[in-house]
Amino acid sequence: MKPADDLTRRDFLNAAATVGSGLVLALTLPGSRAISSSTADTGATAPAGRATAQINAWLKIARDNSITVIVDRSEMGQGVYTALPMLLAEELDINIDVVRLEAAPVGDAYINPGNGGQVTGTSNSVQDAWEKLRMAGATARTMLVAAAAQRWHIDPAQCQVKNGTVVGPQGKVFTYGELADAAAKLPVPKDVKLKPRTAFQIIGKSRLRLDTPAKIDGSAEFGMDVKLPGMLHAVLAQSPVLGGKVKSLDSSAAEKMPGVRKVMTTSSGVLVAADHFWQALKARGALLITWDAGPNARLDNATIHALLKTTAAAGPGLSARNDGHVDDALKSAKQQLSAAYYLPLLAHATMEPMNCTADVKANGCDLYVGTQVQQIAQTTAATAAGLPPAQVRVFTTLIGGGFGRRLDIDFIPAAVEASKALGVPVKVIWTREDDMTHDTYRPPAYEEVSGGLDAEGKLIAWKLHITSPSITARMFPPVKGVDDSVIEAAVNNLYDVPNLAVSYSRQEIGIDVGYMRSVSHAPNVFVIESFMDEMATLAGKNPYDFRLQQLAKKPRQRRVLQAAAERAAWGKAPAGRYQGIALMEGYTTHVAQVTEISIVDGVIKVHKITCVVDCGQMVNPRIVESQIESGIVFGLSAALWGEVTLVGGRVQQTNFNNYRLLRNNELPELDVHLLDSDAAPGGIGEAGVPLVAPSLCNAIFAATGKRLRSLPISAHPLSKA
Amino acid sequence: MTTINVNNQIINVDAEPDTPLLWVLRDHLGMTGTKFGCGMALCGACTVHIDGAATRSCVLPLSAVAGKSITTIEGLSKDRSHAVQMAWLEIDVPQCGYCQSGQIMSAVALLKTNPKPDDADIDAAMSGNICRCGTYPRIRKAIHRAAELLDQSVAK
Repeated sequence: MKPADDLTRRDFLNAAATVGSGLVLALTLPGSRAISSSTADTGATAPAGRATAQINAWLKIARDNSITVIVDRSEMGQGVYTALPMLLAEELDINIDVVRLEAAPVGDAYINPGNGGQVTGTSNSVQDAWEKLRMAGATARTMLVAAAAQRWHIDPAQCQVKNGTVVGPQGKVFTYGELADAAAKLPVPKDVKLKPRTAFQIIGKSRLRLDTPAKIDGSAEFGMDVKLPGMLHAVLAQSPVLGGKVKSLDSSAAEKMPGVRKVMTTSSGVLVAADHFWQALKARGALLITWDAGPNARLDNATIHALLKTTAAAGPGLSARNDGHVDDALKSAKQQLSAAYYLPLLAHATMEPMNCTADVKANGCDLYVGTQVQQIAQTTAATAAGLPPAQVRVFTTLIGGGFGRRLDIDFIPAAVEASKALGVPVKVIWTREDDMTHDTYRPPAYEEVSGGLDAEGKLIAWKLHITSPSITARMFPPVKGVDDSVIEAAVNNLYDVPNLAVSYSRQEIGIDVGYMRSVSHAPNVFVIESFMDEMATLAGKNPYDFRLQQLAKKPRQRRVLQAAAERAAWGKAPAGRYQGIALMEGYTTHVAQVTEISIVDGVIKVHKITCVVDCGQMVNPRIVESQIESGIVFGLSAALWGEVTLVGGRVQQTNFNNYRLLRNNELPELDVHLLDSDAAPGGIGEAGVPLVAPSLCNAIFAATGKRLRSLPISAHPLSKA
Repeated sequence: MTTINVNNQIINVDAEPDTPLLWVLRDHLGMTGTKFGCGMALCGACTVHIDGAATRSCVLPLSAVAGKSITTIEGLSKDRSHAVQMAWLEIDVPQCGYCQSGQIMSAVALLKTNPKPDDADIDAAMSGNICRCGTYPRIRKAIHRAAELLDQSVAK
């Protein structure tokens, strides 16, 4: 989701700077409470007016010693509400079990330079926070020590910190709460040194997530759960054909139904607001709407596939990487192979359907929303409300699954428009069917790949041409040249191949496509790792040995691949079982996977997935492990069954009965192994996803001799070739 | 007006009789721990107990629960002290957390009827609860752990 070029990114940063409040406002949801990490604390709201000092953008300390950490990345399951406070606590020396957590408001301090804005995405929250939040903790500690030293009239060097206190000579002690007001007024020190890794007390040690207590007693507040006085509940009727518009509306029957307060046409479709959700939903069923289907009335999967294929045939597209002389090398190769792969549209299918609550008043708008993009949410709401962005406050709730879906803001404007029209807070809830049929889908991709071998069976040429819509062109326009979000993983091909070319042809398909967990990695790595196996077969080599021979200069990559092969007993599968292997580097994390399957009467069973990960230094290994497991389960649903189909511009999948997700009883044995590493932290939220499909398809090839070049697997008969 | 018993409180609800229990709990009673996921009893996020049995509240009309005893995640314990909650905490099960109320309610119902479930029992009882984050390995561990905790408390 990086803006495509420097100009775009600069513009975005400038825009962000003007919309940012400048002031750091620490806000919790009115009527709700900050998340408390304490299992004993039942989560009472802080007493109003409790004297609290804001030490920096991420830290508030109250006189009663309660400590609030402000988290500037959205918690959607990936663990930022734990990992980020751990980083700060490492330097501040506090008991993390009793900190309070607040979601950051919109603010310049919270911009993530790696994403060009206040954005939770690209698995880089820890990378971004790694120094920033330790520095926030260390500067705060230095200021608290300086405040104590001033009071005691001694040199700060005579003081040390211990569990939320500053300890001076002769056992003199101040709590942080006693020092916070004075410390907040001191200049921010510039020459603060961070602890070396060897001195870490918190970082690198598994500990309980701080958001778990609230998630096991029903008290965790998601966007869906926001309650405001006088709030109405609303549902939307959106065009069944994607991109269509309301032609005519007869709402007379709906308006007479119990509890209905308003039927109105918004920029997103026809909105029904009622006292309660169920009333609004029933009234929606009574609307008589005729739709102008718009330009997608004839769109279906065959037309999308044909469109991409035609564009691919029209020329090589824009060059994204070009090492050596790939065409010459392919011509002179001892053996050569070409293949075409196809990836389908996918839905995010977060457990919490899209929703947004807006409270528009004459002088401002409060927005309560599970969003991964606070600034864009703010400007979107401002536009819908006709207010300056600075008058929109964004309260980020816990997110019931993001996976990139909540990088989009299409569920925001209708709530704002309705609240403005009605003069009361309005919560718009999408049903599961709304969510499934109006997603911003993972784009389809048509990928043509060629490889060449020399006389020793070494890979000497690799040419990959990707044809796909651009996500970034819609979300961060304009895209000049290639769209990183479509080809990044193909460009970062980790194998040593002297002649390697990657090119991109952009072909839009008429509907919105969006970033989805592991973005370019899932489609690109499916092609790379499947075709590596095809080339290994052509070379007559074991797929594992074939990969190793192309990794002579890559010790870190070799290490994960070897560890995975060893743990999975590569090549020693029990009778009737078959293995597939795959390797990738993404988010500066290295992952290798071995998947073991059997196929009986054409039915596949996934028995075991072994996954070895080197993600550099870890903040909380237990969360890393859970994220890798999570990615594998996500990747398994997509690989086995994931496909969104269109007929006449209408999405055919509507709910979990026809968009199948992996269930508990379908879970294979997972063996996730994390390698110790001194390297800088890599991302872990997305890294578990991409290897599932290729390792699975490589295992299917081992079992049947059939090479699957498109997904999902369920679309292919699996009898022996 | 319909009278229902939620977490041992007798409550009169003024809602249309076809309103699903899920929305009575969430909108009328402000008890938002029970989640809306699919509206078709396909995902289990809305699981509550009706007279002790795990039931999907999103397709259960208010008229069907008059006089019945309803338990929601909020009524499981006052202080997260139910064995299943303690096990969930110890194993650190949730990720995004949205499905977890339903997972926990299904697990509690399972352990009531089967205090020592094996993996196959867990699969059978929990396959109606989708977790998009894929917390399944930890759910399985936590149910085994909750069974141990319950066994210990019985032994005391």
